[in-house]
Amino acid sequence: MSPVVWVPCDAAAVSVGADAVADALAAAGATVRRNGSRGMLWLEPLVEVETDRGRVGYANLEPGDVGALLAGDLDDGGRCVGVVDEHPWLARQHRVSYTRVGVIEPTDLAAYREHGGLAGLERALTLSAEDVVQEVTDSGLRGRGGAGFPAGIKWETVRTAEADVKFVCCNADEGDSGTFADRMLIEGDPFTLIEGMAIAAAATGATEGFVYLRSEYPHAIRTLRRAIDIAYAHGVLGASVLGSGHAFDLDVRVGAGAYICGEETSMLDSLEGRRGEVRAKPPIPALQGLFGKPTVVNNVLTLSAVPMVLADGGAAYAALGTGRSRGTQVFQLGGNVAQGGIVEADFGITLRELVEDFGGGTASGAPVKAVQVGGPLGAYLPPSRFDLPMDYEAFAEAGAMVGHGGIVVFDDTMDAGAMARFAMEFCAKESCGKCTPCRVGSTRGVEVIDRIRAGTQREANLVLLEDLCATMTKGSLCAMGGLTPMPVRSALEHFPEDFGVPAAQADAVTDDMPESATSTDGGARP
Amino acid sequence: MDDVPQRGPSPAPAPAPADAARAAAVRALAEEMAGMRGPLLPVLHAVVAEHGYVHDDDVPVIADVLNLSRADVVGVVGFYHDFRRTPPTTHRVSLCRAEACQARGAETTYAAATDRWAASTEVEVGEVFCLGNCALGPSGTLDGALHARLTPERLDALTEGWRA
Repeated sequence: MSPVVWVPCDAAAVSVGADAVADALAAAGATVRRNGSRGMLWLEPLVEVETDRGRVGYANLEPGDVGALLAGDLDDGGRCVGVVDEHPWLARQHRVSYTRVGVIEPTDLAAYREHGGLAGLERALTLSAEDVVQEVTDSGLRGRGGAGFPAGIKWETVRTAEADVKFVCCNADEGDSGTFADRMLIEGDPFTLIEGMAIAAAATGATEGFVYLRSEYPHAIRTLRRAIDIAYAHGVLGASVLGSGHAFDLDVRVGAGAYICGEETSMLDSLEGRRGEVRAKPPIPALQGLFGKPTVVNNVLTLSAVPMVLADGGAAYAALGTGRSRGTQVFQLGGNVAQGGIVEADFGITLRELVEDFGGGTASGAPVKAVQVGGPLGAYLPPSRFDLPMDYEAFAEAGAMVGHGGIVVFDDTMDAGAMARFAMEFCAKESCGKCTPCRVGSTRGVEVIDRIRAGTQREANLVLLEDLCATMTKGSLCAMGGLTPMPVRSALEHFPEDFGVPAAQADAVTDDMPESATSTDGGARP
Repeated sequence: MDDVPQRGPSPAPAPAPADAARAAAVRALAEEMAGMRGPLLPVLHAVVAEHGYVHDDDVPVIADVLNLSRADVVGVVGFYHDFRRTPPTTHRVSLCRAEACQARGAETTYAAATDRWAASTEVEVGEVFCLGNCALGPSGTLDGALHARLTPERLDALTEGWRA
C-alpha cells in the first residue's frame, strides 16, 4: 500500500515550495493529501506521513528529499519533528477556531463534519433567532477585526431592525502587515467561516451574505469559492439551509488593493461598486449598511468563533480568557521572529510568552528591540513592556492595542524613527481622502518627522508633531487617521534616540499628550 | 472629448485606441455581470483578467452597460491599485514593503530590484503592502506566484531566465 502523506496547500507553504514537494511525492508513488498549514511556518513545507502512532512530521522538505523520506532515512536527523499533534509548540496552544486547520483537507465536507463541523449551525437552527443572539451575547465574543465591539450587541441590533432584506458581510480584507490568520483559516478550514456566517444569517434574519476578500490572497479566493460551491451542493447554503427553510446565499467579492477597504464602511462602499471611501457614522451599518440595509459586518475570526459558541454554548466560551476579553485569540507571530506562525491561546497570555517562548526570539539571532502589536496602526512596544497580558483593556491602558492579534518582531537594527515616518507615509498613501486630518495630516506628519530627525527646530517640531497627532486622533473619520498616531507616538516615547531626541526632552513632550491620543476609541465604534 | 486642445506638457503615450472587437468583448463581460449586486468591481476585475488592463475606451462601454456615469467608472478605476490602465509588461515583480517584511530586510530587496530593472521595458517592479506571508519575509510575487525569503540573491536566482 502506498504511504499516505500530507502536504500543506497553504500559501505560506506554497511560497517555500510545497507544490513541488507534493508533485515529487505523487511521482514517487505516495498518496498525497493536501491540508492547510498547522501554523508552524518556520517548518514549512512540513510534510506529514501517516503512521500507527499518528501523523509524523518532517520539516523544510524539498523535492530532493522525497526519496529519503519514503525510505525512512529522514527519521533520525533533525528533520523529523515527531507526531505533529504532540509537538510542544502546538500542544501548548488552545485551538478553538483553528481546531481543524492543518488537520483536514480544507474542502472535505465529510471530514469537516467528522471533526465537529456543522454542530453549531444544526443547534442554531433549532433555536429561535433571539436565543441564538443570546448565546453569542453570553459568550462575550468581541469583534476580532481590531475594535473589539461585542458581537452579540451588533447582531441584536440587526435582528430587531425592520427591513425587506438584511445582509451578513464578512470582512476578510486582512491588509494589516503581520496578520495572516484570516487567510490561513480560509485556506485551511473555509467551512468554519461559512458555518459562522450561516449562523449569523439565521440569528439576524439575513438572507444574503458576502465575503470581502483581498485580491492579494488568490489561494484563499480559490479555496473559499470551491468551499461555497460544495456547501451549496450539500444544502449548507441556498434556499433552505440544512432543510430549515431559512434561505442564505453567499458570494465572494474580491478587493482591489486598497488598504482602507478593511475599514467596515469603506468596505461596504466597495461592495456596492464604489470608491472605498469611509462613511460618517451614524447611521451605523447594523441599521443602514450594505445598500442602506441592516448589515452584520464581522471579521473572519469573529464569525469563525461562532460555530463553537453555538455548539458548546456561550457559557463554555465565556469561561475562557480574562477580564472583558473572553475566549481565545488567534495570535500571529511575524517579522523578524525565529518561530513564526499561528498561536491560538486564551486571552491573558503575555506578550513575553508569545514572543520569547513561542517565537523563540528573532530570526536573525540579534536581540529583540521592539514588537509592533495590532498591525500598522498598533503601538511599538520594547521588551520592558512584554509582561503585558493580551487583553483589550490592558493594552488600551498601556497606549497600545491588541487589534487583530498580529505581532511583528524587530531586532536591534530597527530604526524606530524610520518606522514612525513610514506609518505616516503609509497613511498618506492609503488614505481614502475623505477627511482632512487623515488626508493632509499624514503628509504633514512625514514632513514634521523628517525635520525632527534632521534636527531642524527640533523642540518646536516635537510640539507640532504632538499637536498633529492629537488632531488626527480626535478629528479623523475612521481608525486609519485616528490610530496612525499610535505607532508614531509609541516609537517616540520608547525610542527617542532614533529621532535624535534626548530621552528627557521626549518625556516632556509625551507627558503633555492627552490620554485620548493613545486610546483605541477611534476604532471601537460599532 | 479628444478634440480638446492639450495644454502643458504632453502626457505619456496612451495605448492605441481599443478596437471594435475589444469593445464588444468588454460589453459582453459587463452585460454578463450586470445583474449582480454592485457589479462594477467584478466587471473591472474581469476586464483586467481578460485583457490585462482597463483601457480608457473601456470606460464608456462599462458605464453604458451598468447605467453609470463615466465619472463614476473613472473614479473607481483610479481609486484601486489593481485596476491598471496600461498594458502589463512581460514580467512583473511585486515586493512587499510593509512592516513585517521590512523587519526582515525588504527594503534591501526592493532597492536591488528597482535598480536592476530601472531601465527595463520587459520587467515592472511594483510594491505591495502585505501578502499575508509575514513570518517568512521578505515576500513578493513573481508573475503572480508567491515567494518567501526574497533576498536580492534569491530574487536573482528565481528570475534568471528573464530577459533584461
